[in-house]
Amino acid sequence: MKRRDFLKASLGGGAALLGAGTAEARGNLEPADEAIGMLFDSTLCIGCKACVSKCKEVNGMPPTPLGDETAWDSAQDLSAQTLNVIKVYSEGQGNLKDAVTDGYAFEKRSCMHCVDPGCVSVCPVTAMRRHPKTGIVTHHPDACIGCRTCMVGCPYNVPQFDYDNPFGEIHKCQMCNQAGVERIDKGQMTGCAEVCPTGATLFGSRKALLEEAKRRMALKPGETYNYPRGDIRKPDSHHEKAVPEYRQHVWGEKEAGGTNVLHISSIPFDKLGMPPLEERSYASISETVQHTLYSYMALPAIALAGLTYMVRRNTDEEEGDDS
Amino acid sequence: MSAYQPLKRPVMTLPFMVLGVIALIGTFYLAQRFIYGMGFVTNLNGGYAWGIWVVYDVVVGTALACGGYALAITVYVMNKGKYHPLMRPALLASLLGYGLGGVGAMIDMGRYWQFYNIFTPWHMNFNSVMLEVGLCVATYILVLCIEFAPTVLERFGAQRLVKALNKVLFLFIALGVLLPTMHQSSLGSMLIAMGYKVHPLWQSLHLQPLLAILTAVTMGFAVVVFEASFSAVGFRRHSETPLLSGLGKGIVGLIAAYLIFRFGEILINGKLGLIFAGDLASLMFLLETALFVFPLAVLSSAKYRGHGPLLLWASVSMLFAGSLYRFNAFLINYDPGPGYSYFPSTPEIMVTAGMVAIEIMVFLFVVKKFPVLHDAKHA
Repeated sequence: MKRRDFLKASLGGGAALLGAGTAEARGNLEPADEAIGMLFDSTLCIGCKACVSKCKEVNGMPPTPLGDETAWDSAQDLSAQTLNVIKVYSEGQGNLKDAVTDGYAFEKRSCMHCVDPGCVSVCPVTAMRRHPKTGIVTHHPDACIGCRTCMVGCPYNVPQFDYDNPFGEIHKCQMCNQAGVERIDKGQMTGCAEVCPTGATLFGSRKALLEEAKRRMALKPGETYNYPRGDIRKPDSHHEKAVPEYRQHVWGEKEAGGTNVLHISSIPFDKLGMPPLEERSYASISETVQHTLYSYMALPAIALAGLTYMVRRNTDEEEGDDS
Repeated sequence: MSAYQPLKRPVMTLPFMVLGVIALIGTFYLAQRFIYGMGFVTNLNGGYAWGIWVVYDVVVGTALACGGYALAITVYVMNKGKYHPLMRPALLASLLGYGLGGVGAMIDMGRYWQFYNIFTPWHMNFNSVMLEVGLCVATYILVLCIEFAPTVLERFGAQRLVKALNKVLFLFIALGVLLPTMHQSSLGSMLIAMGYKVHPLWQSLHLQPLLAILTAVTMGFAVVVFEASFSAVGFRRHSETPLLSGLGKGIVGLIAAYLIFRFGEILINGKLGLIFAGDLASLMFLLETALFVFPLAVLSSAKYRGHGPLLLWASVSMLFAGSLYRFNAFLINYDPGPGYSYFPSTPEIMVTAGMVAIEIMVFLFVVKKFPVLHDAKHA
C-alpha cells in the first residue's frame, strides 16, 4: 500500500524535474565586452621559444632542464613552472614547413582564456574567475582548496598543480595581468606577444584579432601580406611574407563557446593536439543539469518534506511491518 | 533490554593485527605526502589530476557506503520493518565508508589547510557540482553520526538521551535519505564537465546523475547483503539468507532500470559500434555489463536468490559492477589527451589500502564493543 505513495511522490518529483528543465537551460556564455586575447598564427612560428623564455621571466619561473641539457629551457609540456610552451608537429620526413605530410609545424600551448571557462564553472570556491570586462581567466590561491577539479574540467589541461611542493598551488597563464605584474592594466601587452619576432603571437582585443584571422583566411596563398608584430592596435613593426595555405578554421571562434586566444594554422588542429570539442560548452551542460535539479532548492525541499512525513509515519507505527 | 548486543569476542585477532600492519604502512606514506608533497608519493600529473585517492576513496568508497541509505529507503520509506535488524551494522559501515571518503578528500586536497573555504558563503560557487558534493557529503557524515548515536549512547547507558534523540530522529532519517540521493547523483554529474575526456561509452552527459544514483542505491543494497552474509560466516552467526533474498529482489528492478537507460543512451546517440570496437574501452564495457547482468540473472529467480552462496556472489558481482562503472568513467577510460598516462604508485595504493584497513578495524572493534548486531532470532 505504502509503496504506492512512494511511487506517486517520485513521479511528482520527476515531473517537476522535467518542467524545470525547459525553463532553466543555459546556453554558452558570450564573450566579455572588451575581451582581450591573442592570435597565434602557427604558420608564422619558427619555434624559437622566445615566448617561453619571456613567460618564465615575467612569472619568475625557472627553466625546465632535459637531462644534462641546461643551456636552454626544454619544457615539454605545461607544468607548474611552465605556463606557455611551444610544441612541434612532425610527420614523415618532417622537413616541409606547414605541410601535413613530410612536414612540421609549431603550436603554442597556454591558457586559451575560454569565453565560457570550464575551470570557472567547476571550481567550488570561486578560485577561478573570469574578469567581467577583459575576459581574462584568473586564479586566486587564497581561495583555492587544491581539489583540482579545474584541471579535470579544463578541455585544454591548462591549470597545473605544483605536486612537488607540500604547500603547492595551481598555476596558469593569467595574461600577464596578475597582481604584481599587471602588464595589461599598464597598457602593455603580454610578455609572449611582446617578444615574438615574427608576430606569430599577436596581442589585441578578441574582436580585432578575429577580424585579422578572417582577413588572413581570405588571402590568396602566395600573395604577399604585411604581417604586424606585437599589439594589433599599435604594431611595433611589420614584415612582408608570402601567404601560406591557411585552413579555413579559426580555432577558438566557436569551440566550446569560444576562446579569447585564437589559433590559425595550415595543419588541421586535431593533428596539432587540439581536443575534440563541439560548439556547446560542457560547462553550460553541467550547469543546466545542476540548476535544473537544484533550482531554488525546490526539489530537495519538496523531497525532504515528503520524506519527513513518510519517515515520521513509519517510525510512529513502532513495529511497522511489511504491508 | 535492547535486541542489539555487542559481539563478545576478543578484539586482538590475527586478521585484526594484519590489518594493523597495513594501516601502519599506509600511515607512513601518508606522512610523506604531507611532508614532501603529493608528487613524492603519487603518480598524479598535469593530465590526470585525480587518481585512486579521489576515484576509490571518494567516488567508489561512498557508493560502497550506501548500505545505510538503501536500507533507510527500505525500512522507513517503503515501511518494511522486518529489515530493521540489519540497520545498525549498515549504518556503521556507511559512517565508516563516508568517513573514509571525507578523510580521502582531505588528504587528496592540495591546499587542505584552506578546506573551510568551501563552507564560507562568499567563496561558494553555486554553479559547481563539486560544491554540492562537498557540502552534501560533509552534512551527511554529521547526519550519520546522529543516526548512529543511539548505539553509542545505549552502550554507556544514557537511556534518557536515547529517548530524547528518538523523538527527533525521524528528521535525521529523512535527511539521511535525501542527502545521499543528492550527492550520489552529483558524483555522476561531475563527469559532465570533463566532456570529451570521458570515453563516449561513459559520457552520457544529462543522464550522468541518473545512472550514478541508480547504481549507488543498487550498490547500497548489495553491500548490505554482502556484509550480512559475510558476518554470518565470519562470526559464525545465524544466516539471514531469507531476509537478504528479499533485498536481492529489490535490486532486480534497479539493475533493469539502469541497463535500460544505459543502453538506451548508447543506442540513441549511435555509440553502439564502440561496444564492439575491440579496444580497451569496449573490453571494459563488456566486462562491466557482464558484472551487472550476472546479479540480474541470479536475483530474478526466486530459487537462485534463496540460495545463500549464489546470493552472496550476486552481491559481490554487483559491487564490482558499480565500482568498475565508476573506475571506468573516472580513470580507466578517462583520457585527457596525448602525452599523459597514469597508474597509481605503490605508496599511493598503500595509503588507500591503509585507510580501508583502518575502516575495517574500526568496524570490527565497534561490533565487538557496542550493541550493533541484532541478537539471534530477529523479532
